[in-house]
Amino acid sequence: MSSAVADHELEAHFDATIEHADRIEPRDWMPDGYRKSLVRQIAQHAHSEIIGMQPEGNWIGRAPSLRRKAILLAKVQDEAGHGLYLYSAAETLGVSRDELTEMLISGKQKYSSIFNYPTLSYTDVGTIGWLVDGAAICNQVPLCRTSFGPYGRAMIRICKEESFHQRQGFELLMTMMRGTDEQRAMVQESVNRFWWPALMMFGPPDEDSTNTEQSMTWGIKTHTNDELRQRFVDMSVPQAKALGVTFPDPELVWNEERGQHDFGQPDWDEFWAVVKGDGPCNAQRIVHRKRAWDEGAWVREAALAFANDSSRKGESA
Amino acid sequence: MSEQIRGEWPLYEVFVRGKRGLNHVHVGSLHASDDALALRHARDVYTRRNEGVSIWVVRSTDITASSPSEKDPLFAPSGDKVYRHPTFYEIPDNVPHM
Ligand SMILES: [Fe+2]
Ligand SMILES: [Fe+2]
Repeated sequence: MSSAVADHELEAHFDATIEHADRIEPRDWMPDGYRKSLVRQIAQHAHSEIIGMQPEGNWIGRAPSLRRKAILLAKVQDEAGHGLYLYSAAETLGVSRDELTEMLISGKQKYSSIFNYPTLSYTDVGTIGWLVDGAAICNQVPLCRTSFGPYGRAMIRICKEESFHQRQGFELLMTMMRGTDEQRAMVQESVNRFWWPALMMFGPPDEDSTNTEQSMTWGIKTHTNDELRQRFVDMSVPQAKALGVTFPDPELVWNEERGQHDFGQPDWDEFWAVVKGDGPCNAQRIVHRKRAWDEGAWVREAALAFANDSSRKGESA
Repeated sequence: MSEQIRGEWPLYEVFVRGKRGLNHVHVGSLHASDDALALRHARDVYTRRNEGVSIWVVRSTDITASSPSEKDPLFAPSGDKVYRHPTFYEIPDNVPHM
């Protein structure tokens, strides 16, 4: 009886914290649904960073110069770091790192559909930096003010690093656009392939997004999918113009009245198919992650055995 | 599952001093098999761009924390001591440098 009253008080305290746009911290009381939503979203985000290393990592050994190779290595290493910041934020909610890895490998938790598309040429490294990291920035900047403290702090660290990602990609494409006709055609072809999947990164249209409304009430999300998608399109159009490429959307046009661009919808059937596992690279991505996890097992075990070696402990004491 | 968790590397909290003259500040956490490796991992994960001149790592289980639900009693002793703040004292406007 008395605990029911206490729960009610705790919930009122939680609601007031959210209402004042104050932050919830790990040891605060929170509704089960809030915790579950956060674990799902942060884990999905962390998995995206980790799986996102694969399409670009594919080109590290074939980068056209030492300069480009060093840049790409640093970029992919950053994505690993982003995954680690986010996994540790998720762990403050009471889920273990091994459980998270297990849920990724078994497909119980998702990652962004964009990383199920292949990188067919080195040009794609530039396009991913420009459009995919660009879309990620659009999504992530508002998340710096999300209601769960550790998630917001991880996002601040990540956003600081993303600007390098987008700029190196754009610069790579600019360099190619100053090259031969063939190189310019490669850039346009790559942009054509990534434009629609990049728009899908913001998630389904608002009317089909089941989680958005509750997430916004809880202050986890602060903008809807369609708002962020619009913002991304408006930001990207002048960049494309500066670069000298077009987007493969005949409906893309400036709407004077709205002060925003009108644009076409991505193929949402394709989006759902990729989310459900039928994208070009879904299977490959998970097989690769599982192999890395399995083949690293002996290292994790050996390091722990070494640390727990009692004869060594005596030495250092 | 519990078998796996038992095999997990322990969790460390990471504190970084951004530059000389500043306090170490908590920046996040990571897993490592021992203290020395925790420091190395902290360098790679949290200071890839000269974010720090010094790192502390502490096993999360070694930290004693106040509980948010006990917030009021623990911090109550300072709550009613407004005289610890300079604004408690009224000084006339014609007294300089105070
Ligand atoms: Fe990232
Ligand atoms: Fe990135």
